[in-house]
Amino acid sequence: MRSCDIIVIGGGTNGMACAFRLAKAGHRVTLLERQETLGGGACTVEFAPGYRVSGLSHVLHMPDARVRSGMALDQHGLTYAATGLATSALADNTLIFKGFSDSFPDQPNWTALASKLVDFATVLAPFRAMTPPRIARGAGNDWMGLGRLGLNLRMLGRDRFREFMRMILINVADVLEDDLTDDRLMGLLAFDATLGAWLGPRSPNSLILLLNRMACGPLCLPSGGMGTVARAMENAARNAGVTLRTGATVARITTENDRASGVVLTTGEVLPAAHVVSAIHPRTTFEVLVGPQALDTGTLRQSRAIKSRGGAAKLHLALSGAPAFAADLRSRIVIAPSVRAVEDAFNPVKYGQVPDRPVMELIVPSAFEPGLAPPGHHVLSAIVQFAPHAPADAALARSTMLHNTLNVLEEHAPGIRSQIIHAALLMPSDIADRYGMAGGNWHHGELSVEQMLFLRPFAGAAQYATPLPGLWLAGAGSHPGGGISGAAGWNAAERLLEVTG
Amino acid sequence: MKADPRLHHLTPLRQTPFHPRIAALNRHQQWGAWAGCLAALNLGDAEMEYTAIRNGASLYDLCPMIKYRFSGPDAAACLDRLTLRNVSKMPIDSVHYTAWCDDAGKVMDDGTLFRLGPNEFMLCCQERHLPWLQDAGWGFDVTVQEITETVAALSLQGPCTASVLQALGCDIGNLKLFRIARFPFAGGSLMVSRTGFTGDLGYELWVAPELALPLWDALMIAGAPWGIRPIGTEALDIARIEAGFILPNADFVPAEQALREDRVRSPFEVGLDWLIDWHEGHFNGRRALLAEKESNSSVWAMVGLDIAGNISTAGSLIYHAKTFEVGYITAAAWSPATKRNLAIAQVKRPYDTIYDNKLWVEVYALRELQYVKIMLQATVTPRPFLTLARRKVTPPGAH
Repeated sequence: MRSCDIIVIGGGTNGMACAFRLAKAGHRVTLLERQETLGGGACTVEFAPGYRVSGLSHVLHMPDARVRSGMALDQHGLTYAATGLATSALADNTLIFKGFSDSFPDQPNWTALASKLVDFATVLAPFRAMTPPRIARGAGNDWMGLGRLGLNLRMLGRDRFREFMRMILINVADVLEDDLTDDRLMGLLAFDATLGAWLGPRSPNSLILLLNRMACGPLCLPSGGMGTVARAMENAARNAGVTLRTGATVARITTENDRASGVVLTTGEVLPAAHVVSAIHPRTTFEVLVGPQALDTGTLRQSRAIKSRGGAAKLHLALSGAPAFAADLRSRIVIAPSVRAVEDAFNPVKYGQVPDRPVMELIVPSAFEPGLAPPGHHVLSAIVQFAPHAPADAALARSTMLHNTLNVLEEHAPGIRSQIIHAALLMPSDIADRYGMAGGNWHHGELSVEQMLFLRPFAGAAQYATPLPGLWLAGAGSHPGGGISGAAGWNAAERLLEVTG
Repeated sequence: MKADPRLHHLTPLRQTPFHPRIAALNRHQQWGAWAGCLAALNLGDAEMEYTAIRNGASLYDLCPMIKYRFSGPDAAACLDRLTLRNVSKMPIDSVHYTAWCDDAGKVMDDGTLFRLGPNEFMLCCQERHLPWLQDAGWGFDVTVQEITETVAALSLQGPCTASVLQALGCDIGNLKLFRIARFPFAGGSLMVSRTGFTGDLGYELWVAPELALPLWDALMIAGAPWGIRPIGTEALDIARIEAGFILPNADFVPAEQALREDRVRSPFEVGLDWLIDWHEGHFNGRRALLAEKESNSSVWAMVGLDIAGNISTAGSLIYHAKTFEVGYITAAAWSPATKRNLAIAQVKRPYDTIYDNKLWVEVYALRELQYVKIMLQATVTPRPFLTLARRKVTPPGAH
């Protein structure tokens, strides 16, 4: 007698979304999480006594619609401190940017470009909610669905379709420089395109990341930080009957008769299951938990070739007062004054070095709601780019990165240094250690054209099933990638249910 | 002094350690390229060289053969996962013929695997595979190195070769087929394996490169009473066809080198499925091969053909009932030992098993500058075409 049908490894948002969907379909599901709390990259941490902040990801695109409504997250405690978050692009003059309706000198140009990009993003968006097609004979693709998406593309019209083909693999900098003139806006869009990527705005294929981001919907801020999203998903999963186990570290995935037969925990406990779904990094899954004995050389070769370089550092500041940014603190603040500034911040990490002037996205959560910092005090959360993922001297790189980041912050919020009560900077290697993200890449593998869709995480494992029968992938390393959306986990569950009947 | 590597273009083909002796004997300067080395095609008379294989003692330079060393505590486990056969079961100082596949279950190469110690193996094959083999070693405690140029090897084949080795002072009387023995030689060590590519009694001799010429000279002296004869590739090719052995890039395209999607072959399609040990646990390509076996979806079969007449059919197309194409000849030779016109061929299934005598080979024979089309009837025949008891008998009889 099996203790459960399906084991899901990894209690991040994708793992929980997947476990929930499978449990709803009638499976007995056990979710195993290494940490003491569920959520993975969606967490709220107390980084200094009395100061709480989202531990990693800190603003939320609306979760995948299927996840949000399927898990009834709103009824399980997910509330928002802000929705439709505006962006303040800090430069010499701050650009307040809410979308397409604002008035600023470059607006006509932006409106024209945005209409094009939104069209592209709109036809691409449905891909996010489907199993990637497989380029092979008899692959069992959803030809109807693909046909509809293809038709949508053609329906763009001849000129738009031609523009789509011209632009789809282009770099974002060229597009911005062709159509826009406002450095602040161009810097902001260049930053948004490369946020979480290991690309500069002049790297080929960087525009598609901006389209992907635009396909993810508006930005919002969960009350109480990202941990709230995790709690809501946890409640939904528990109500659906998922057995949730925290502090349970999987040592390896067992195989029997050439299929995954369960897991062994580091405690030695053996948990058998008919299917094992891994929502952790695909490299960790294949290379550590399964190992070479049960996998073909070519499969491991592809796994080992997954690029997973993290370029983002996470900064948390506990402040004794409100930072003096020339911007509304109740907005997303981006310091990326030009395309050049973003590119210059990326160049050094190619050589394992720290940029002199990092670019960053920051929020001051305590300006939106009380309870995250003592009264009168504030917390600041920033994603700082770019940080080297494997510098020669990790400690030196961390201290230099912090120093350079604070220098940039000081320019835009004079006096902020003297307000700092506590500062914590997570470099990509720290993120790798703490969140199990190999290489420190938040997406469990870089999101880039050559690792997207049917190439994510690699061709032989892109449809959530892996070459090892009974082992499935459901994490950010699978299509459509990371972000706090649960889309990959939900897709994986749908695929598993479809294939296993 | 070490040669300047930048001047490699002056001698585009490497000369093996035996080159000084073979070059002196190569009366017509008949050379071919084998794995980047100069290899003699014949030494003046391929027919007499073939005769030495079957009736006396022949000596063939094996140095160009690609050799890899697997060493480390996980060497056997790594090779179990890499190759089709069970490696852990191999006794020390034994050899087995094997093959390996990619993930899709397509043959990458075949070769001989030598177990030299509990944790030490040598893999000999036709093509170069170092990146694949090193990747296959990832996750195992094993070191994979190419050692082609650090070993000099000779193939000593023919009914008199046991006598030649005895005369050399190597007591190989009890050495069984696919076993290894070692003897002191010229201050170093001579490794003798009872292996070969001829289907005859024979041995392969392995020494350090600096002992190559002393070994050659000693063998020529010890073998003189039996008429020992150095040979080239052409003679060996006739012998290997008689023995039914296949060669990568002659009888099949190695999976890593195939450019066309339909050129790759599974072990079922090149007659190597008998190597597969389904019980040993996972090995590369196992899932694809099991699926192929269960769905009976192999497209090709490797067959032996006995063809009417005596015209060589190399490269010819095969037709069923003279009407539609069902395959092609990959290797062919007139067999002096069996007095038959033999071929190894790829035939589309199920024509390998329909014994209706309707297979015809379309030969274009050159007759005084003019090609003549000839249709020759072919009969599917089991391989090996030639089975010699002396290949296996231990101790080998005196000849």
